[in-house]
Amino acid sequence: MTELSKGDSIGSTTVTLTRADLVRYAGASGDFNPIHWSESTARSVDLPGVIAHGMLTMGAAVQLVTDWCGDPGAILDYQTRFSAMVPVDEAGGATLTVSGKVGKIDDDAGTVRIDLSVTDAGHGDAKVLTKAQAVVRVSEGTAA
Amino acid sequence: MGVNPDLQGRTYPPTEPYVVGREKIREFAAAVQATHPAHTDLAAARDLGYADLVAPPTFLVTLAQRAEAAVVADPDAGIDFSRVVHADERFTHRRPAVAGDELLGATTVESVKSLGGHTMVTTATEITTTGGEAVSTVRSTLLVRGEDA
Repeated sequence: MTELSKGDSIGSTTVTLTRADLVRYAGASGDFNPIHWSESTARSVDLPGVIAHGMLTMGAAVQLVTDWCGDPGAILDYQTRFSAMVPVDEAGGATLTVSGKVGKIDDDAGTVRIDLSVTDAGHGDAKVLTKAQAVVRVSEGTAA
Repeated sequence: MGVNPDLQGRTYPPTEPYVVGREKIREFAAAVQATHPAHTDLAAARDLGYADLVAPPTFLVTLAQRAEAAVVADPDAGIDFSRVVHADERFTHRRPAVAGDELLGATTVESVKSLGGHTMVTTATEITTTGGEAVSTVRSTLLVRGEDA
């Protein structure tokens, strides 16, 4: 990985989310909070409408890192802050743009940190994840 | 009633054992649009050196949220779930969970911090096998909105 440099892009991708995707994630994760599937409940707590689970956005965004490193088990650490909600329109869904770049290279540990940017194209390119970072094992490392 | 500051440092008993199933991994992978074949194809997982299907990087939220529920359910905690917003999440993996793992999740409240009328509650859930092997740590921060906010 010596050819990698801090700041290098690992590419970008688009994630689309529909109401059906939210219901599917609710079932798969066990998070049935109605703000993720009930318009009336969401509006009753002053949300603009049904919003995506933050954990769905986090879970979907990391696919870009998996595609880059080729092994989902090589992702040793993955964190984010949730900085903006993602409203999912009943007709149009939501479209997120995910891009990643090399944030840090640790040759001793044999890891590379990928910093992800996740923005919501339908809502002024709002930054929905902040400090979204994945640490990936890329080699055995040189630390004793 | 606000969040009880004495919550900090409290550890809750582990969840019932959770057996990671192949179909659950496939279902979760589809839900988060995780398309790597190691999540769905046993031969692909074994080619990478894993014993069985590999869970996606955020899969253990399913178990961690069960364990964290003990905090919110604690009558002494003073957390009104309708006022809770998920602020951040972090997974630190010793190894990926794979199908067949039998796991426990035990949650400790790492910190309770007041912030302008709100309270930030950070939990750390240690995920171990029933045999005692450390697998992952899942950290989560809930922002509990204040009554006047």
